[in-house]
Amino acid sequence: MSSPATLVRASGLRYRKVRDRIIEALLLAAGLVAVFTTLAIVAILLYESSTFFAHVSIVDFLTDTLWTPLFADAHYGIAPLVAGTLTTTMVALIVAVPLGTTIAIYLSEFAAHQVRETVKPILELLGAVPTVVYGYFALTMVTPVLQWFMPDLPGFNMLSAGLVIGLMIVPYVSSVSEDAMRAVPRYMREGSYAMGATRLQTALRVVVPGAFSGLAAAFILGISRAVGETMVVAIAAGMQPNLTFDPRQPAATITAYIVQVSLGDLPHGSIGYQSIFAAGLVLMIITLIFNIIGFSLTRRFREAY
Amino acid sequence: MSASSAAAYLTGERLRRGVQRRKVLDKVFVLIGLIVMLSCLAILAILFIDLVRDGAPRFGWDFFTNFASRRAERAGILAAWVGTSLIMLVTATCAVPVGVAAAIYLEEYAPKNWFSAIIEINVTNLAGVPSIVYGLLALGLFVYQFDLGQSIAAAGLTLALLILPIVIVATRESIRSVPNAIREAAYGLGATRWEVTKDHVLPYSTGGILTGMILGLSRAIGETAPIITIGALSFIAFLPQSPIQSEFPFVSFAWLTDPFTAMPIQMFNWVSRPDQAFQANAAAAGAILLGMTLIMNGLAIWIRYRFRKKINW
Repeated sequence: MSSPATLVRASGLRYRKVRDRIIEALLLAAGLVAVFTTLAIVAILLYESSTFFAHVSIVDFLTDTLWTPLFADAHYGIAPLVAGTLTTTMVALIVAVPLGTTIAIYLSEFAAHQVRETVKPILELLGAVPTVVYGYFALTMVTPVLQWFMPDLPGFNMLSAGLVIGLMIVPYVSSVSEDAMRAVPRYMREGSYAMGATRLQTALRVVVPGAFSGLAAAFILGISRAVGETMVVAIAAGMQPNLTFDPRQPAATITAYIVQVSLGDLPHGSIGYQSIFAAGLVLMIITLIFNIIGFSLTRRFREAY
Repeated sequence: MSASSAAAYLTGERLRRGVQRRKVLDKVFVLIGLIVMLSCLAILAILFIDLVRDGAPRFGWDFFTNFASRRAERAGILAAWVGTSLIMLVTATCAVPVGVAAAIYLEEYAPKNWFSAIIEINVTNLAGVPSIVYGLLALGLFVYQFDLGQSIAAAGLTLALLILPIVIVATRESIRSVPNAIREAAYGLGATRWEVTKDHVLPYSTGGILTGMILGLSRAIGETAPIITIGALSFIAFLPQSPIQSEFPFVSFAWLTDPFTAMPIQMFNWVSRPDQAFQANAAAAGAILLGMTLIMNGLAIWIRYRFRKKINW
């Protein structure tokens, strides 16, 4: 015989346990949203691209040197867009890698705790500025300044867009690299100091090699950002597909092309509409390739402490 | 070795000079580091000052209460800021509960198996997907498959998916910083897992969750590419239907399906016009946008600081 009080308590317990199961299911459903988003991205890109590739042969897509899907004389060669993307990314990296790494070494090895804690959040603001604002900056400020040095520079060019993207990704590079350097154990630095090395020597010959896998991850993160960056190039680099690796030229990137098409009024299901998904697929593949390179670098150079 | 250099070696002269040179290099690097850091911060300041200076003639009440116009001096951002506010409302309503719930699942519930690993890898990968790809996803899925059209709902959902990883990562970090002793004490008193989470873990991680939410929204507010992709109109001379009605049932969700424009789109539209007069409008809109982003980020930093100081384990 159980007393009424125990019964109440028991049923309360059962209620609470059932409620726990339901809540767990709901939380799991929320977690699955991330999985479904990934699946949906892959499915949409593949589905719309497959109808695109039903009209356009893959060989043309990869070998044609003209990209004019919206013209009467349509050519579907992705090369000009890929060249634009790689060129702006390259310029961005030339800015971001040295600046980001220098800041990371300074903050991790030289700066006082207080300085680091103050500067880091302010630096991260550089990555928080809306990209359309960076686009305005590239077009109305950086390009005119560059034109002092290079009078022949056109108003739209990949150089100013790339420089500004580089500035934008400095905080990503510096913050991830700094975390990696700070993960290098203290005794390694002390060993180096004990041999008579200065701070700079320790930083460059002990900490940087020790944190190399983390640095590689930081650079890959920066590359992913630069490859996918849209508004800066759409505003400052012009939107004309142009097969060139010369950053002084105007050119369209993959992302700029998608924006350009979206601004117009393309009917759903037309070849122009499908072409932006094919472009998006190429963008994802480029990002993926860089990530795989990054992953293998990280694996290869990982130091276990 | 000549006699003089041998002498220098023996007296330690060369060693001393080497040490000296390396010490100087050390100082030089500190200087370079400081210059690089300060110039990055200076560029941020120049950017803001430049926007405010260029946009200064346009700041005024009219700018906020006028619709876009063909004449630069009459054009304003009314439709844009109303649109942005409504989109942010949808984004926050969707991304915060789902993001926090997913983070709770991953930290408190998920068993250590391949299935949880898949969810985790997905969250990490989504954070690295270019934002314009979210726009393509939304164009194919929300606009055409779900037939939401080029609406506020479609834009809000798109940005919600975009900031989901940010909310999840921030929430997980703050949940992880709650010490296990707190959980074990609650379990010891017979609490169920959800009771432990709701009554003990979540209250301690409020600061981190708020920070993640604000950082996510500050990202969403400036995102241009994905909502251009779903087809936001840049010239809109009307407002969405009001969410508050004078008759029963007093609230309406009709605005969710209205076409819209947003602050970054309005700015992009103005920047890409050849007419110089519109550049001032673009700068003014940009200054407001940047100001909002900076305020939100400042708020996030402040909240993080406050909560970190308040809690002493």
